[in-house]
This record gives sequence, C-alpha cells and structure tokens, in this order.
Amino acid sequence: MLVATLALAAMGLILGAGLGLAARLFAVGDDNPLLKEIEQLLPGSQCGQCGYPGCGPAASALLEGRAAVTCCPPGGVALAEKLAELLGVALDAGQMSAPLLARIDAAQCTGCTRCYRACPTDAIVGANGQIHSVLANACTGCGKCLAACPEDCIGMAAQQPTLDHWRWAKPQAA
Amino acid sequence: MDYLLFLIGTVLVNNVVLVHFLGLCPFMGVSGKLDPSLGMGAATTLVMTLGGLSSWLLEHYVLQPLGIGFLRILAYILVIAALVQFIELLIRKSSPKLYRALGIYLPLITTNCAVLGVPLISVREGHSLTQAGLFGFGAALGFTLIMVIFAGLRERLSLASVPAAFAGPPIAFVTAGLLAMTFMGFGGLI
Amino acid sequence: MFNLARIRGGIHPAGHKDRSAALPIGTLALPPRLYLPLLQHAGAENLPLVKVGDRVLKGQLLASSPSELSAPLHAPSSGRIVEVGPIPAPHPSGLQVNGLVIECDGEERWIDLDVPADPFAVAPLILAERVAQAGIVGLGGAIFPAAVKLKQGTRHEIKTVLVNGSECEPYLSTDDRLMRERAEAIVDGARLIQHILRAYSIVIAIEDNKPEALAAMRAASEPFGAIEVVAVPARYPMGSAKQLIQEITGREVPAGGRSTAVGVLVHNVGTVYAIQQALRHGRPLISRVVTVAGSCVTSPRNLETLIGTPAQALFDACGGLAREPRQLMLGGPMMGVQLPSAGVPLIKGATGLLALAAHELPQREAAPCIRCARCVDACPMGLTPLQMAAHARVDDFDGASDYGLSDCILCGCCAYVCPSHIPLVQYFQYAMGQQDERRNAARKNDYIKQLSEARTARLAAEEAARKAAKAAKAQQRKPARPVGEASGAAPIPESIPEPVAERISESVQP
Repeated sequence: MLVATLALAAMGLILGAGLGLAARLFAVGDDNPLLKEIEQLLPGSQCGQCGYPGCGPAASALLEGRAAVTCCPPGGVALAEKLAELLGVALDAGQMSAPLLARIDAAQCTGCTRCYRACPTDAIVGANGQIHSVLANACTGCGKCLAACPEDCIGMAAQQPTLDHWRWAKPQAA
Repeated sequence: MDYLLFLIGTVLVNNVVLVHFLGLCPFMGVSGKLDPSLGMGAATTLVMTLGGLSSWLLEHYVLQPLGIGFLRILAYILVIAALVQFIELLIRKSSPKLYRALGIYLPLITTNCAVLGVPLISVREGHSLTQAGLFGFGAALGFTLIMVIFAGLRERLSLASVPAAFAGPPIAFVTAGLLAMTFMGFGGLI
Repeated sequence: MFNLARIRGGIHPAGHKDRSAALPIGTLALPPRLYLPLLQHAGAENLPLVKVGDRVLKGQLLASSPSELSAPLHAPSSGRIVEVGPIPAPHPSGLQVNGLVIECDGEERWIDLDVPADPFAVAPLILAERVAQAGIVGLGGAIFPAAVKLKQGTRHEIKTVLVNGSECEPYLSTDDRLMRERAEAIVDGARLIQHILRAYSIVIAIEDNKPEALAAMRAASEPFGAIEVVAVPARYPMGSAKQLIQEITGREVPAGGRSTAVGVLVHNVGTVYAIQQALRHGRPLISRVVTVAGSCVTSPRNLETLIGTPAQALFDACGGLAREPRQLMLGGPMMGVQLPSAGVPLIKGATGLLALAAHELPQREAAPCIRCARCVDACPMGLTPLQMAAHARVDDFDGASDYGLSDCILCGCCAYVCPSHIPLVQYFQYAMGQQDERRNAARKNDYIKQLSEARTARLAAEEAARKAAKAAKAQQRKPARPVGEASGAAPIPESIPEPVAERISESVQP
C-alpha cells in the first residue's frame, strides 16, 4: 500500500516537475497568430454590427468562440465560410441574410453633410447644401448615418435587385 | 521479416479500430472530412508510438520491480497524459505550423482509449521493447488507415441523397459496419 | 458509336431548322417604339448621351461607356427619345434594366456616315477602333465586344481567323441564311479581320448539314487565296469556339485560357458581317438577323430586326402565334434563356426567338442519379457533370470547382442525355452564380477595408494638421484672443468626391 502510494506520488511529482520545467523552457509568446489572421479577414470598418465595439474585439471573441462566425453582416457568407474554415467549426449559412443598406430619401435631404462624416467607409457622397447619396458598393449597413441624420431621411433597405445581383435559384429536384 | 509480418498483422489483421474496437470516438467524430482525419491520424501515430515505448519502460523498470502491477492503468494514464502535454509544448515551440495543423487533436488524444489500450494489450502479449514500439506504431498506422478510408467514404456519403430516416449518423454507422466486415477478410492473412 | 468529329462528346439533337432556313431573310415593319437596354454587351453599362425629348437620327450614338470593355449603343431608327429609365429586360428574372425608348418617326433618316475609301489602306488599330465605335458585339450570343477581341488579337500572333458558321443549336438558322444570301460581304469582312490581325489564313467552318451555305461561301471565297471553307461534322456544340478550334486545328484551348493562346481568333459569321458593314459602309450595329421559330409560330423564318424591337412584333411578322406557347425563349433551346413575356425587346445578342410548345420542352420529373456516366461521355469539355452536380446539390461549391466547374460552357449536353432527367445545367448555373456572389462579397469586403483604412489615415492626418495649426497660431499671437475658432465649423474633408448620379452607385462594382 505504502509502496504504491509513494510510487504514484513520486511519479506525479517527477512528471509534474518535468512538465513545469518544459513549460518554462519552451514558453512562447501569448500572441496567437490566428488572431492576426482573423483580424485581416474582417472588414476593419469598426461598424459594430457584430455586437462588439470593433473588429479587433470581434476577432478575439471569434477566436475564443464567444461570437458566431456568421456575426459579421458586411462580410456576408463569403467571410463566414472563410472564418469557419480557419476556426474549424461547422457553418450554417442559412441564417445569414443580406445586409440592409442605407438609402437617403432625396426629397428630405438638406445636404447637411452630417451623415457622410459619420460613415466609417466614406460610402456617402455629397457636398454642403447638396443632396447626398449612398454608394451601395461601399455601404456596410452599419446604420451610423441613421443616428447622425437630423432630418430622419435615411432608411435601411435591402439592395434593389438588379441583373448584376440576380442569381439562378437552386433547382428543385431530387 | 518477422517484424514486417508483425507490423502487417497489427495494421490489417488486428486493426485497433475495427477488431479491438478502440478509438471509436475519433473514428466517428473526426472522420467527416479527409484533412482533419489525416491530421488526427498523424497526431495519433506520434503519440501511440512514444506511448507504447514509454509504458513498456514504465512497466519493466517501475511497476514490475515494485510489484504494483495493479496500478497499471492509473500509471499509464499519468505517463501518457504527461507525454502528450510535453509533446504539445515541444511542437508549439519548435514548429508552430505543425502545431496549427495538429491543433485541437493533440489534447483530444490525451484521453483516447486507443492510446491507453494499445500499451495494455502490449503488456498482456508480453512484447519486447522493439515489439512494443512496433506494436504502437502499427496500431496507429492501422488507425490512420481506417480514419482516411472512412473519411473518404463519408465525403462521398455527404453527396448522396440518403433517406431522411438514415441521414447523418445512422448511415455512417451502417457504413462503418460494412467497412468492419471487409476488414474481417484480412483475418486469414497471417 | 463512331465519332467522326475530333471533339469530345457532343450530342445530335433534332435540328428543326428546315422551315425557317427555307425562307429568305425577311424585313420587318418599323415598330412604333424601340426599347434599348443600356447593357447589351459583356462589360460595364453604357451611360446615356441623350435626354428625353431629344430627336435622334438613325445610326446616331445614344450611349457609351468610358470602359474599354464596352460597346456603344446607336439609334436603330430616327425618332424622338421618349423615356430614359427602367425598361423590361429580355431576361428570365423579369427584372427591369436601364434603357432608352425611341418613338420612331418613320422617316428612317440616317445620320451622315463617315465612309472610309479603302479600309485595307488603313492601319489595323484604327480599323479596330472603328469596330469599337460601331458598337459591335459577338452576335453568336456571347455578346463580348468584338473590338476588344480584335485589339487583344493584335497583341498576339494570330495564325488563323476562324469564321464560325457552325450554327449547332436546334431551330436557329440565322447564320445559315446570312451565309447563303450575303456570302460576299462575309468573305470581305473576314479579309478585313485578317488585315487587322495580320493573320496568315482564314478558315470558314460550316457544319455539313448546310450544303447551300457551304456552296455559297465556297463560291464567294473563290477569287481570294488563303481562304479555306471547311465542312465540319454536324454535332452540338460544334459552334462553341473552343470546340470549333479543336475540330479545325486539333489543339485544345487551355483551361482558363483564351483562344488567342492557340493562335486562333474566332468570330461568328453575323459578327463578321457586322464588322464588314461598319468598315465598308460606316454603319453601326443597329440591326441583326433573328430566327423566329418553334412549333407555336405560324410561319417560322429569319427576320432582319432592328435592335430594340419588341418580341411580339417579330411574332406578328411571322403570321402570329398558332397556339399559346408553353415557353418563350431568347436564343437557342439548349443555351437560350426563358423570356418573361413577348413585350421584351430583342437585343444585340439575340440569335433566335422561340415560341415552344409543351412537347418541345423537357417535361419529366428528375430522378436520382444512377451513375451511368452518359453525361461524362457527352461532355465536350471532358468534365464529370454528375460529380459537379452532386457537389452543387449540397452547396459544396468549392467541391464543384475542384471538378472543373469553371471550365463548364453550360452547353447542356449532359442534361440532354441524362436518363434521370436531372437538371444538371441548372445546378451549374446555380453554383456559378453562388460563386460569383461570394467573389463579389469578398471584393466588397476588401474594398470596405481599404476605404475604412483610408478614412482612419485621413482623420489622423487631419487631426495632426489641426493640432499643428493650433499650436502655430497659439505661438504666433499668444497675447491676442483666439478669433473665429469657436464657431465650430469642422473643415470639410477634401477627398470627398463630387456627388455622382445614384444609378452609377447602383451599377458600378469596385
């Protein structure tokens, strides 16, 4: 009994000490190369649609598994797929919907320039006293312009279907 | 020649997954795609070979001299877990790329029943040190072979239109059964 | 079966060409209104140069694009612009596209055409530019700007100009009729293209089921050397550029490569004719020959059609529809697209207009794949359609790409031979569309990243500049009170572009 206990304890001690030593010997920095890779994939517009204050915090949340890979609406399915592959998780792309884009009601716009100064991607063009317009190809749908507009003339809407965006549907067959 | 026969016997005839039914969790869990299953196979090969050798040394230089053979399972777990941790640290330092590739699989292997079971079988069979190492390596090779074959099957299976009642794990189990039956064909080889 | 052709696979669908090919090319009464989509070519949308109320002459430039990959649009007839805006598109989606509507005045007054004396004396690149200004696109259905192809060709060594007269799609006979009736012009056009490209030889390839066209082209090319009129076996898709090149030269265009890679440039006979018209007579592309066919059409035939003519006008000119069609199609039955209604206009790429009855369309329900591999035998590109479709079915688009999805020419041979009636081509179209979608999303993501990085840098620079100015000011007149600084007017960033029209923002992708 005593021999067994002692032997096991000794083994535990020796192995534990060995591991501790190894951990010190082979210590590597804390910076995870994955984090950088994830950050590079994210749009970097700090729009906050994922629920995190910016793309950096979102990247660490993704790495730690706190955020879903589908959390970034501007990135769309393409980004979600890349993230899922990088993080090795399964992706249910069915829950991704196209982001709603900002749209300015030209009739009410006074040309105050506030919205385009709020836009993190310079997706709104216009000049003082002139009607502003949203560039659909640069808009992430973050909605920051909504809050900035004093006239309440910006709305969020799905992108109008055009032939450029139209795609063949999946055939319904066995 | 004897060693070659021994190796073939371990890989094909006494396959660790399909004959000894060890390591079934990764067999079902990590075989969805080819790449992860290869990674899992590689990591297991490394650990199992080293585990076979180290547990032989433990058995013959510690447990038997002290007469505490009944602590075998406990001691093996301790040694193998420590070994895996050590390998993980080593790889992380020396080759971050391999570390990324093996990633989650190394910790998974720590408590893999195949990794513990192979040394136990080795002791029961009374192997020499060379045989123990070879047995560990061969068993891991067999494990990798099965993982790769099964992953290939499941990749094809994901394209098939399986009846709703069989979709997912049920059809995977049926496939595993068929695969095991084909491996029974190696029974008369040696 | 014995394969006489040098191409892989292919099929022999029933031709249905006899009725329309028997009649000469007819003319069409001038429709009251012409509907001109601004995008009728592969590339960027044209920008209109006219506004509502403008009077335009026949052949006048209506819209053009600064992009190199584009083909300008000309007025097919004289009249007045009555609308600039969305018009129904000849597209299965039934969506609208930006376009112009001309109300014809019936005078057919031409604009003054600049007719060159002898095009053979003109430098090749100038001729290519003339082709570009004439708005000519590939009239075989590919709608790739012809001038872009010519200009690319001048940068490579082109051994052979291949004139594609193998109209392999069932029902269609536009090229057949064009070759029979306008052989001299086509040969002249081919020689002009040869001059532009400095090519060694001309090969005119015609399927052997068009003996009259073969005879006419042989007679027309008789006086000139270095023109070879070759009969190729009738087999779908012989009219596809890659297949025709393989048949004629025995060389295969590499995956992802262009036909210039094997020293060949292919133009459809319709395109060659249009190029001849542009270079000899200065006429832009404002009309084309369209086959009107299908069992619902009373008397199928070919019609010289002004671009922008509504489909209904063509049916009317063919004696109307004998019965209610199950489906209207633009182009051939194999690769054409379904039309939402007969109200849509014909565009530059419209080879045919079909009114098909139920018995002419695939009707059977799809059944599971039995792995007979008939599609593999039929595929002219040497792909494995069953595997590609299996991956597309479970949304594994990368898997489908691994099996060569990007090399698929969507010819439909696989779906034609499939005993299980699996809609293989639809799966490929779906998968290609989804991959486009992903590529676009990735591009937008990169673009947004660039924009936000540029903005961050700009804000930082502005902040630094403001601080520096403040510091300088404070230092200059320390005792004086700061004036005007409290007004709070933030400087307007200089790099904000001028306001641009909304429709540009909708259409231009980065």
